[in-house]
Amino acid sequence: MPAVSKGDGMRGLAVFISDIRNCKSKEAEIKRINKELANIRSKFKGDKALDGYSKKKYVCKLLFIFLLGHDIDFGHMEAVNLLSSNKYTEKQIGYLFISVLVNSNSELIRLINNAIKNDLSSRNPTFMCLALHCIANVGSREMAEAFASEIPRILVAGDTMDSVKQSAALCLLRLYKTSPDLVLMGEWTSRVVHLLNDQHMGVVTAAISLITCLSQKNPDEFKTCVSLAVSRLSRIVSSASTDLQDYTYYFVPAPWLSCKLLRLLQCYPPPEDGAVKGRLVECLETILNKAQEPPKSKKVQHSNAKNAILFEAISLIIHYDSEPNLLVRACNQLGQFLQHRETNLRYLALESMCTLASSEFSHEAVKTHIETVINALKTERDVSVRQRAADLLYAMCDRSNAKQIVAEMLSYLETADYSIREEMVLKVAILAEKYAVDYSWYVDTILNLIRIAGDYVSEEVWYRVIQIVINRDDVQGYAAKTVFEALQAPACHENMVKVGGYILGEFGNLIAGDPRSSPLVQFNLLHSKFHLCSVPTRALLLSAYIKFINLFPETKPTIQEVLRCDSQIRNSDVELQQRAVEYLKLSSIASTDVLATVLEEMPPFPERESSILAKLKKKKGPGAVSVTELEDNKREGGELNGSSDRGPDIAAMAASNASTPSPSADLLGIRSAAPVGAAPTSAGSLLVDVFSEAGPAAPSLAVNDDGFLRDLEQPTEASDALLVEGSGDSDSAPPSEDPAAPLSEADELLNKFVCKNNGVLFENQLLQIGIKSEYRQNLGRMYLFYGNKTSVQFASFSTTVTCPGELQSQLNVQTKPVEPIVEGGAQIQQVLNIECLTDFSDAPLLNIKFRYGGALQNLTLKLPVTINKFFQPTEMLSHDFFQRWKQLSQPQQEAQKIFKANHSMDTEVLKAKLLGLGMALLDNVDPNPENYVCAGVIQTKGQQVGCLLRLEPNAQAQMYRLTLRCSKDSVSRRLCELLAQQF
Amino acid sequence: MTMQFMLLFSRQGKLRLQKWYVPLSDKEKKKITRELVQTVLARKPKMCSFLEWRDLKIVYKRYASLYFCCAIEDQDNELITLEIIHRYVELLDKYFGSVCELDIIFNFEKAYFILDEFLLGGEAQETSKKNVLKAIEQADLLQEDAKVSAPSFFFHISSALTCMLYHRMSNGCPPTHGEESKCTNYVLQEAETPRSVLEEIGLT
Repeated sequence: MPAVSKGDGMRGLAVFISDIRNCKSKEAEIKRINKELANIRSKFKGDKALDGYSKKKYVCKLLFIFLLGHDIDFGHMEAVNLLSSNKYTEKQIGYLFISVLVNSNSELIRLINNAIKNDLSSRNPTFMCLALHCIANVGSREMAEAFASEIPRILVAGDTMDSVKQSAALCLLRLYKTSPDLVLMGEWTSRVVHLLNDQHMGVVTAAISLITCLSQKNPDEFKTCVSLAVSRLSRIVSSASTDLQDYTYYFVPAPWLSCKLLRLLQCYPPPEDGAVKGRLVECLETILNKAQEPPKSKKVQHSNAKNAILFEAISLIIHYDSEPNLLVRACNQLGQFLQHRETNLRYLALESMCTLASSEFSHEAVKTHIETVINALKTERDVSVRQRAADLLYAMCDRSNAKQIVAEMLSYLETADYSIREEMVLKVAILAEKYAVDYSWYVDTILNLIRIAGDYVSEEVWYRVIQIVINRDDVQGYAAKTVFEALQAPACHENMVKVGGYILGEFGNLIAGDPRSSPLVQFNLLHSKFHLCSVPTRALLLSAYIKFINLFPETKPTIQEVLRCDSQIRNSDVELQQRAVEYLKLSSIASTDVLATVLEEMPPFPERESSILAKLKKKKGPGAVSVTELEDNKREGGELNGSSDRGPDIAAMAASNASTPSPSADLLGIRSAAPVGAAPTSAGSLLVDVFSEAGPAAPSLAVNDDGFLRDLEQPTEASDALLVEGSGDSDSAPPSEDPAAPLSEADELLNKFVCKNNGVLFENQLLQIGIKSEYRQNLGRMYLFYGNKTSVQFASFSTTVTCPGELQSQLNVQTKPVEPIVEGGAQIQQVLNIECLTDFSDAPLLNIKFRYGGALQNLTLKLPVTINKFFQPTEMLSHDFFQRWKQLSQPQQEAQKIFKANHSMDTEVLKAKLLGLGMALLDNVDPNPENYVCAGVIQTKGQQVGCLLRLEPNAQAQMYRLTLRCSKDSVSRRLCELLAQQF
Repeated sequence: MTMQFMLLFSRQGKLRLQKWYVPLSDKEKKKITRELVQTVLARKPKMCSFLEWRDLKIVYKRYASLYFCCAIEDQDNELITLEIIHRYVELLDKYFGSVCELDIIFNFEKAYFILDEFLLGGEAQETSKKNVLKAIEQADLLQEDAKVSAPSFFFHISSALTCMLYHRMSNGCPPTHGEESKCTNYVLQEAETPRSVLEEIGLT
């Protein structure tokens, strides 16, 4: 190989790279890589000392493998050896490997530092630069310790080459950032500032980054840089486009340096020296003027470079915030960009105008662009641009345009992207409060907000509207009327129910004079929402009811009856039960006077800053947040609110004037009971914990994840009844005591469990049935969880498991009867012991009967006990597999099906399903890597059945061919049937 | 204006170059890469080149089959970063002579060396195209046997079929039919036609 080493390239590396690129599959690639790794390892371990070239080549290969995304755990030592090579390319590759692969706390740092030290003192500028690049790339503390005093010396020494100075400056910057304590200011500091005057533009470009960073931390020491920077900037700005030769970029003189100079000036207030300031203002004016000149080139690079400087200049103008003339000019310039055809410029103009809007000098000028910005919010096709437009509208909002802006934001909210909804909601809520002239407008806005984007309305928002309504008598009557109307909607958001419950409980009397909203009508309206609400909301409603008893004595019997009902007074939720019991008792023993005192209207809340603002500030921090993170934030926000800035706590409401000591208030406080807002109307949440491992495949869970769909799918009472009766076949026939026929979808439900053991088997409006099961050999145990989703108890609850027909002799299922009563919201468990006697095809039936509100419910499901549950995976080699495959060659032993793909053909999904099936998934058996083969043995009491499976996907045709060969033909057929439904 | 990292990846989402200017664990790097590649690839051509991501700003631009993607901090200048990307592309183009994705795959180390001369620690070190290339060429001259100065080395490897193909294509010759059919789909799919990266902006 030495012949090749004379060239630049490494032949072995190139061949290796093309080999990798020739690999047809990920597996082949991994195989090739492993082969190479083994080869390199043996070379490195070998007795024969490797020459520099080979070492370089292998290190480079390792680097390539690492960059493909594989882990590399050797070769570091060889790379370090390369550092001390006197051949440049070897040294270079050594440094590259170190920069990419050595993390800062590596044990090798000492050896590396040694090599660096040698190169730094070599006085060979190319070697010095390599060493400095390495320090800048790794930037570890050990390196800072070793070189932090050395590098400033190199940087300011008179005889240092320009290119070394450039590297030294940025290297020092990196060390200063990682270990500021180790980089000591000193004599070199003033000399560094003077690098701004350096002849070499590259040196200035590199040094200014260092100076900017140092000035931010030590502004006084570096103050002299201001005048130097201004004069440098002035020279660049006034230079002709050809003066700076290669530092001119598409006819723009030194754009990078100009931007850096303008950024450095933003570390300081406007210059005090009149002459310097005058010069700077002149520069800024020139930059603004140039923006109006016709472009010197049509290339986007030209306009980008020019506008980069312009935006940086505008940032400086905003930073100074003292030159009204420049601020207004900047604003006009940005206004032009708002309608520019380049999306990038529109985006940046919106962003930059946001900061301009907060300056008193330019606020009015920004406001003149309101129509353009609103238009951007409506028409921009890129969500990130729309987001900027929304930000700007928020920033430019004041009393004069609040109604228009809030209206526009509300209408945008209806179609806004989910990623920015929560932030929009907060902004609307803040603006509505901040600029509310009449509070009826405020109430309307917030209720609209809940109506349009209820799911995104956090606790803070509805707390706040209640605080404001309580504190202002002039709006209470209007608020009561408006929530009453809003609650009339058939599907209204739970947050609306919360606000409605609270406000009617306090101020329902203000609208009770109207027969259309008489006390009983109000109560019935609220109570019609009760069953659809989560526990915290129900708790709030109970408090509203007791307030009703005080406000309207005539409602007392009705409400007492509700409280007395089993689903309240014996509710499985402690909080609800306690409230029901206490309120019932309170209403029956307390005299009207006592009642009136205890349940008096809430006193005004102390004036305080809106907690929504704090929340928005917090939100703005991390930038774009994913939906799940938002969810977390919401929860967190709720809890924070609970302790420090309690909103209109429901507990406080109930016990407003009662001088109850805090412990009892806590007892009533639902916060202690459940994280508020954590699980809104969780139809399927009963079993969520049990099935945390069940994965997203469980149907009911999947539905719940789609928070925004929840409202649309909120079941009405009618559909409720329909679903339940559906099991009883015909409406006219009286419900019979005989087990109903299996549900039409029973087979479908069964199919969902072929490849998994846990999940939700069935769910309707009343009942949820969850399953957990485990199998060993020919035995299985299944846990069934019956959850009552209503607030009313199920009576005469009974379940029976039957094995129809010949299944009786194939499968043995034993269980104990369950308790006959399932309380509202409660869950009971049943254990089944299953024994597989011989192979089988049918599924056992599960019949469930109970009475719900007098009506008999009767439904039958298929229990997901399928033959594959008794699989034992069998690992075997390719050779064995084919031998056995051939042995099972009788036609009836094989079952085959060709079918269309019903689900994703993604490899990982398929693998997961096959593993869930219970067989062993065999790698490297089928010559075609696209195919899957599996092997397993079905364990029954009587015999063992060996099974082999082969699945051949055809991605193009979206078809599969599934072949099963089993030692028993009925098993082949049954497995084939079952599996054809799975893919 | 400190750049946090720069990523080069193909339209198929394959990472071609990564440069990190802030210390992060390998796991974190992989996570960021995955997330960003996905985000950027999902964006439509006419969308703006900037986006907010976590607390950083992402600036990206597509050249032929390659995406160049940089992360900068909140107060940094997006447009000048866009031109940093462009200058780097120009440097690659000048050095390789009409650069394409395959150049960067086969000469990844050179791509790193050029980047290090241009940007150091996330800051522009030398913005003059001439000066950067001079530094790289000087280094090339320092090779043990300073005979071959052309960066392309595929002359040595005519035995490797794909390399040959690559050679021809990068010189603008279409592959002969036989070669194309022997050459696996994998290669062609991945790197597509190695058009000049700069073709779209008419800089060649």
